[in-house]
This record gives sequence, structure tokens and C-alpha cells, in this order.
Amino acid sequence: MAAGAIPSNDTDRKETTPMAASGAMKQNGLRKALPLLLPAYAWLTLAIFLPLSAMVYFSLLTSMSPSEQSSSLTLANYATFFSDPLYATLLLRSLKLGLLVTLICVLIGFPAAYVLAKIFKGRAREAIFLLVILPFWSNSLVRVFSWSMVLREGGILDTALNAILPFHVTFDLMYSFPAVVIGLVHSYLPYMVLTCYLSLQAIDDALIEAARSLGATRFTTLRRVVAPLALPGVLAGSALIFIPVVGSFMEPRILGGRTGTLYGTVIEDQFTAVYNWPLGAALSFILLAVVLVILLVSAPVLRKAA
Amino acid sequence: MKTTTAILAALGLSLCATTAMAKDLHVLNWKGYGADEPFATKAFEKMTGDKVVNDFFNSEQEMLTKLRTNPGLYDVVMINAAFMQQALDEKLVQPIDTATIENYGDIDDAKAKSKMLNVDGKTYGVPWTWGLTTIAINDKAFDTPPTSIKEMWKPEHKGRVTIRDDAVEAVQLGALATGQNINDIEDMDAVKKSLADLLPNIRTFWSSENDWNQMVASNQIDLGTYWSGSAGRAKVKFKLPVSLAVPKEGAVGWLDTFAIPKGSKNVEGAEKFINYMLSPEFYTEWDETVGAPVSASNKAVAALPADSFNRKVMGAPEIAERVQFQEPITDEQREEYLKLWQSLKVGAN
Repeated sequence: MAAGAIPSNDTDRKETTPMAASGAMKQNGLRKALPLLLPAYAWLTLAIFLPLSAMVYFSLLTSMSPSEQSSSLTLANYATFFSDPLYATLLLRSLKLGLLVTLICVLIGFPAAYVLAKIFKGRAREAIFLLVILPFWSNSLVRVFSWSMVLREGGILDTALNAILPFHVTFDLMYSFPAVVIGLVHSYLPYMVLTCYLSLQAIDDALIEAARSLGATRFTTLRRVVAPLALPGVLAGSALIFIPVVGSFMEPRILGGRTGTLYGTVIEDQFTAVYNWPLGAALSFILLAVVLVILLVSAPVLRKAA
Repeated sequence: MKTTTAILAALGLSLCATTAMAKDLHVLNWKGYGADEPFATKAFEKMTGDKVVNDFFNSEQEMLTKLRTNPGLYDVVMINAAFMQQALDEKLVQPIDTATIENYGDIDDAKAKSKMLNVDGKTYGVPWTWGLTTIAINDKAFDTPPTSIKEMWKPEHKGRVTIRDDAVEAVQLGALATGQNINDIEDMDAVKKSLADLLPNIRTFWSSENDWNQMVASNQIDLGTYWSGSAGRAKVKFKLPVSLAVPKEGAVGWLDTFAIPKGSKNVEGAEKFINYMLSPEFYTEWDETVGAPVSASNKAVAALPADSFNRKVMGAPEIAERVQFQEPITDEQREEYLKLWQSLKVGAN
């Protein structure tokens, strides 16, 4: 399919030339843009739209097993979500986790981005920037496993604390909710730093200087000038973090122990443990719908704030 | 010029190799589970001239899917006896002429005659290995090994117990603890209650052998459910303080078998391969170099050194008395178990 898209681009381009001569200006613009847009849209169709539609179909099936020819279309998988409070409880728990992780990422990421964008210059900025994106270069699974060495009893943190402190402490965060939060914040923090950095960097220093020279305190400048202008970056980062965290399953499974059962892990179980793809797909689409509703509801509020 | 000749020579060689090759034998099994050991494939090729082509699955469901979607591709498939029924219902496997398999006679009688493998007088599965899902202990935590499964529920092991994150295994554990038959659980509420009581003691769920061994190595657990073969490997190969403690309430047994998929293009090779897999030569080398589960062949087990784990520990008469072999589970049961297990895990927080 991707290969087929390329020749069709060529034909579009050939047709564009006579059209441009005829002078249909607006359509011309779209026509010219088409060859540029097509690869991206062809890819989106191939990589996202088609698998998603297949999943919509699966979510409506009664059974995946080919031995049962009676497999027919049903909404029962969606009804399961509402009939069993288990799933709603889990979804709520996942949403809370998403909010918490996003909030922590803002609290840590925004100041870091501010320092990067406004205080460091030149070489120092490049070096720190590199440090921010460095974690992206390693596999996320490896990063999560390395946390397990740090957080467990007798692990790196426990040993280090006991070496420094005069009294004995038992530090064991492994297999707990805080461990999940730590792992997720670590995984997603770079997104927040990067998006905040981009919007902070775009703020003209002259605006900050003007505010200061007009007598605003540092805090007022931050609150009235910098924060509103940087808000789009914070929001973009929050969306980038909140959505995957709500559906996360790897970090909770590895770091959460028996407290690590979340909406994402339950979906994973449906696909891998019981081979019940229909229910797994239905649960995924409910998650998608809930996240969309949250974004839609919050959009006007946030726009007003911005 | 040199490279061209080299390429030509290589091409010629590979061409010769393909023509000289007798036949391919496609084997479907877990990865790293005996049949793909380099020493075994090499020995088999030398013996018969057939080239072994290994393919792997990560779950029994995947194995069945591979059989469904590739009819005629595989010649030998490793099937857990509890899944044989499903493979038969979907007509994925064919009857085996056991007379062609010389070592078939050495197989433990009860296993060879299992109802799960023999239907309407025809044999569909040849027992290969078996093992237990039972309790293993961290030797450092016990002066005398526990004899009851209830040990896991004791408050002194709070936060020091591990079980596998698997709904079926968890439910079967609950069934054993409440004195029920794992294949015919009548009182599901009792199972649920006993598992709910167990959860506060759980440190975490293990998912791989490595998880379990690491938790023992860093002394994070006292005991937990484990696979017999893995416990043996942990003790013998990794020198960890791990011992198997099969409780008096019973243990879950599993039986792995070889079957020949319908449409196999090399049935003769498949029969030879199964025969080789049951042979003492293969089994002793497998157990010695890698660590194997217990062979279904009495002769193969007898060929092991007398103090080996599979002969001394697994061959003990009380194990044979306590084992309850796992029978087929329907998809509905599996989903019911998963739901129960998930709700327990959520309620535990």
C-alpha cells in the first residue's frame, strides 16, 4: 500500500501544472500540498486507521476462536465494562495515577525547562539538554528494571542511606504504588521538559525585563508573564504524559507487585493470558473514549485560562 | 575477483547442501525446551539425515493458533496434555502409530495410557516430560521444611511469599489449600476466600524463573509456588538455597507430550524425532548440560546419576502419591478464573 502511494503522488504532480495555469488559486494550493501530505496520511491510514478499525471489529465479536463458527457481532463486551464494577474501579485508579504522574512531571519539569531556556546559555545548555534526552536512548524496559535494583531492600538506595545515616533505616519501596509513580515519572519527564522548553524559549526576554523594570517581583513576573505564555507547552506536555500513563501496564507490572493491577494490565491480560481479544479491544476503546471526553471537557476551560 | 569466486563457491556449496539434505523436520515447541538444544539437533541430523527446523511459541494459545494458521507446516508439536482435547476438537493433530516409536514402551504406564492422550483407542500424544507446580522454599528461612501448604498463609511470612501472576495457577493453589480436587472445584467461594487471605502475605508476583531466583538471592522471600524443574535448576545450576517442599495437601502436575500435526509432510521423521527425544542418551545429556524436567520414560530417568534431582527428589514415592495431574480447562473456565483473580488483586489494595 505504501509503495502504491508513491506513483499516485507523481500523477498528482503532473496534473497540478496545467491546473495552476488555469488559475484556480485556492484549489491549486490544496493540490500543491497534496503530494506533501499524502505520505503522512498514507502512513497514518496504514499504521493507525486500519489496525484500529480491525480492533473495532474485534471488540464487537463474541469470540475469537475459529473453532466456533457461530462467532457473531455483539455489544456484550462493552456491556461487561458497565456490569462489573471491577473495570470502573480500575479505570478510576488509572486516571488518578495519570493525574498524579502528570502533576509531578509539571512540578519537576517546568523549573528544569525554565533554567534550560532562560538561564543557561551556549555549551552548558547543550550539555544539560543532552542529559535530559539521554534516557530516551536506552530501552524503557531496561530503565524500569534498573529502578528495581535501586528501590528494593538491600538495593542501591537502601545501602547508600544506611552508609550515610548514623541510625539504621529500612528503605524498601519496591513493589509499591510509590515505586510505580517513580518509574512512570522517570519515563515521561523528558516530554514535559522538552515541550516546556520550546514554549519558554519562544518568550522574548524583553518581556520579562519590561515586567521587572515596571516593578513586578520575580514571582509576579512568573505568574503574570511567563506562566501564561508557557501554558501551551505545559498543556501539550501534560497531554503527552497523561494519555500513555493511564494505559500503562509495563511499569505497574514490574514495579507495582501486587498493587500494580491497573486498567492497562487488565487489558494486557485479556490479550496475552486468556486470548479474549474482543473484551481487551472493547476495554481499550472505552479507555480511548474516556480520555477523549476528558480532553474535550477540559479544552474550553484550558483555552480560557490560556 | 576474489570475492566473486568466494560468492560463487558459497552458492555452489549451499546448492550442494540443499540437494544433499534428505528432508526438513519442522518442530514447534517452547524456546530453550530440549528440542532446540544444538547437541540434540546435531545428533538427530547425524542419525537420520533430516534437518531439524525449530519454531517456537510463547503460550499454549499461540501454539494452537500456529497450528490452525499453518496446516501442513509442522511435523512435530509439543502439547501440554491439558490442551490436547482442544487440539483434537479442532482436528489439528493426527493419530500416532506407537509401534514405530521404539522407546514408547519405556514410558510410565499411567502416563502413556492417560485418557487425555488416548481417544477411541487411538494415541494422539506421546508423553515426554512432566513436572510439578508446587511450593519451593528459601532454605535460609526454615530450619525444617514445611509439610503443609498452609505455611504460605502464616502471618510470620507476611510480605515474604510469592506466587505466579497466573489465574489458573492461583485458583488451583486455592483449591489445594481448601482440600479440593484441582480439576473439579466445587466450592469456588472457599477458593476465593483463601486466596483473599493469602494476598496480604504476597510480596510480588513472579513471572519468570529469573524473578524467583533473584528474590531468593537477595533474600526477599521465604517461600512461594514454583515449578519443580526450575527449583532443581536453581539449586543445582545456580547454587541457590532453594528446596522443593511438596505439601501433603497435594501438588499440581503437568504433562508435556509430543504430537504429530495433521498434514505433516514428514511423519516418518517425526516418529524418529519423538523416539530420540525419549531416549536415555538425549535425556541424560539434556539434564546434565541444561537441566531438564522429569522424563516420562522410566528408562531415561533411571539412566541419570542416583543423586540427581529428577531421580532422588522427583522420584520419591510421596510425590507420586500427592500429584494431581492438570486436566483440560475450557475457555469459559479460564475467563472465570481470570476475573476472580483480577477482582482479588484489585480488592487487595
